[in-house]
Amino acid sequence: MAKTILAVDDSRSILQMVALTLKGAGYQVVEASDGQAALELATRQSFSMILTDLNMPRMDGITLIRQLRANPKYRFTPMLMLTTEAGDAFKAKGKAAGATGWLVKPFDPAKLLGVVKKVLG
Amino acid sequence: MQEQQKEAFREEAYELLSELESSLLELEENPEDQDLVGQVFRAMHTIKGSGSMFGFDDISAFTHDVETVFDLVRDQKIPVTNNLVNLSLSARDQILAMLDAGTGQGTVDEVQTRRLTEQFRALIPGQESDAATMEEEPQTKPDGKQECSYRIWFKPCAEIFLSGTNPVALLNELRDLGSCHIRGVMDDLPELEGLNPELCYSSWEIKLTTDRGRGEIEDVFIFVEDESEIHIDLLDAHEAAPAAPAAKDTAPLPLQSEQPQSPGRSKAPAENKSSANAEASIRVPASKLDSMVDLVGELVTIQSRLSQTAAGREDAELMSIAEEVERLTGELRDNILNIRMLPIGSTFSKFKRLVRDLSQELGKNIELKTSGADTELDKTVIEKLNDPLIHLIRNSLDHGIETPEERKAAGKSEVATVHLAAIHSGDSVIIEINDDGRGINIDAIRSKAIEKGLIAQSDELSDKELFQLLFAPGFSTAKTISSVSGRGVGMDVVKRAIEALRGSIEISSSRGEGTRVSIRIPLTLAIIESLLVGIGNSKYVLPLNLVEECIELSREDVERSHGRSLAKVRGHLVPYIPLREHFDTEGTRPDIEQIVIANINGSQVGFVVDHVVGEHQTVIKSLGPIYRDAQGVSGATILGDGTVALILDVSELMKGAMRDEASVPDRAACC
Repeated sequence: MAKTILAVDDSRSILQMVALTLKGAGYQVVEASDGQAALELATRQSFSMILTDLNMPRMDGITLIRQLRANPKYRFTPMLMLTTEAGDAFKAKGKAAGATGWLVKPFDPAKLLGVVKKVLG
Repeated sequence: MQEQQKEAFREEAYELLSELESSLLELEENPEDQDLVGQVFRAMHTIKGSGSMFGFDDISAFTHDVETVFDLVRDQKIPVTNNLVNLSLSARDQILAMLDAGTGQGTVDEVQTRRLTEQFRALIPGQESDAATMEEEPQTKPDGKQECSYRIWFKPCAEIFLSGTNPVALLNELRDLGSCHIRGVMDDLPELEGLNPELCYSSWEIKLTTDRGRGEIEDVFIFVEDESEIHIDLLDAHEAAPAAPAAKDTAPLPLQSEQPQSPGRSKAPAENKSSANAEASIRVPASKLDSMVDLVGELVTIQSRLSQTAAGREDAELMSIAEEVERLTGELRDNILNIRMLPIGSTFSKFKRLVRDLSQELGKNIELKTSGADTELDKTVIEKLNDPLIHLIRNSLDHGIETPEERKAAGKSEVATVHLAAIHSGDSVIIEINDDGRGINIDAIRSKAIEKGLIAQSDELSDKELFQLLFAPGFSTAKTISSVSGRGVGMDVVKRAIEALRGSIEISSSRGEGTRVSIRIPLTLAIIESLLVGIGNSKYVLPLNLVEECIELSREDVERSHGRSLAKVRGHLVPYIPLREHFDTEGTRPDIEQIVIANINGSQVGFVVDHVVGEHQTVIKSLGPIYRDAQGVSGATILGDGTVALILDVSELMKGAMRDEASVPDRAACC
């Protein structure tokens, strides 16, 4: 059974690119355009991995990760942050919230797949 | 796919820019609103991030400084000032220009880009941050392709599972780099009763022989390097041979590598939900919709042919099928047309910016109020309304609204109001532009019309008719063309544009109190309900929304009117146009004709035809460039039997008749 990944970004074009890339690699992808929508989806169904942007309306990515981590269902689930920032302080913040890793924008499909495979094993 | 994604980015960016504009304008009014600051920041952030992903490096670089500034605004380190809003609006325009330039429309003013960038940088306290330098891990390439061996010691922190990291995945990744010997070290494993299955007690010793550089090995641990013990040592040649005979594979892990799934939760409904979510809204190119509307048009035509054929044969079964097809076609038509409907609000928000910029330019204090932004209109109609509305609003701001001093002197509030409203009314939408300015000097129109020879000194025209003169070509009461009134488009062009949408426009005004321009537009352009009529062997259709009633015109009636084309309808005299003569139709006139009474902008006028066939769903086809200038017809349609019927342009016919009447001096004006 293909693994299902929840991709969250308020940028439609990035979401589209992420979804196309992951689907092309055989994953199932569910899309959400903000943290709140993602949280609701994640509560209703289960995902093998969460990929989330950080700056989004309604709920940002860090809060999403923190909330999901608190849900027993997602205690061990890989969660990646998609971000334009690369500073250490921000990485520490993400880590503290429970993020598994990050992917710095801009990224190309190959890099995205590389990181996804890395954390999904 | 690359091009497709670029297009997706462009579309998204255009939308973001339009939202950005309204957020900035709102922010100007509520500088303390953190939600708005957040919206602006996010829009810039997304444009920057997505821009760099899809190769719009110039946009991404330019947006970076704007984003940095708004990040500081978010942290309340920079206040929202008028200057900041102005600058941000200019930046927004600049990004728009960059996007347009990418599609070959216009060029980008590089000087302006640099100037804006400098201005934004000047707002950043201290040195501009380097936050956006994109982190591209340096690819430490090994010297040549030489293989080296490394000894790697990896001891993750005990809580590693809780960050979603699976150490096995990291080990597998190392395996991909070269030949790998992994030994699990279980020294820290506690007794069973002390074991917490959520913690990691293992560490690993790895011997890796690879032609990759050290950087790539470090990359494997990039997400865990801070909280794990990691040592990577280059072994010398002696040690390079596989040494560790111990466990060749990973030590068994106390935890499953799969993510825990809550038991009993079936996957199927979840998937259903996900696909439902993805289908909640889809984006399709407008051209696909257009061709769909065309197809439905064809279907409507063929359906009416079916109905006609069925009616001609006395076959109950065929009739019932035809009726069913008619019903379904009608529903399909309504649905498809509905898909093309968009709220007019997006256009309205553009005008907010226009009013703001023009007010500043003109030194006037003007507030734009809008209502009915969610009123829906056909997408094409909305697009085509844009220019006329811009022109009307500019006119109102430039000529209608007084300066604050004048307003004060007249005892009015210094802040003028322009109210833009959209109202749904039957199968039309009415768009009104109301201002509380100085109003239109009706005597000035009159004297100017006389001066231009449009009316005679003796002509007595109603106010409504006088206002309509404003739409005559070349009629302009403004003495000079200011930069605000812009492209030199006259009101006649506005009127033509509205009429091309089968709409009508009217002005009313009272001196000192304000002016109202009212535009009535049909909901859709593609298919209309119409009245099918026959003259001789030809068929014509009239838009049904204009038709009030049909009455008979007998030979005696014609004789009684003594050559005047006037019919008595419920006590009123209504002028009529005999279409048989108008179109020089061959054949003899029937003894009893029909007058179709239409109401055009409040005036009744009759059109005499041989007979009325009935209501008809008309799929409008354009006449093509050759007949574009044909007067009195606005298009054509294909009837059920495959013949062509012309669509009458009733207001043009009426105007033509008025001109003819005016040129015959001993006859009264037709209406």
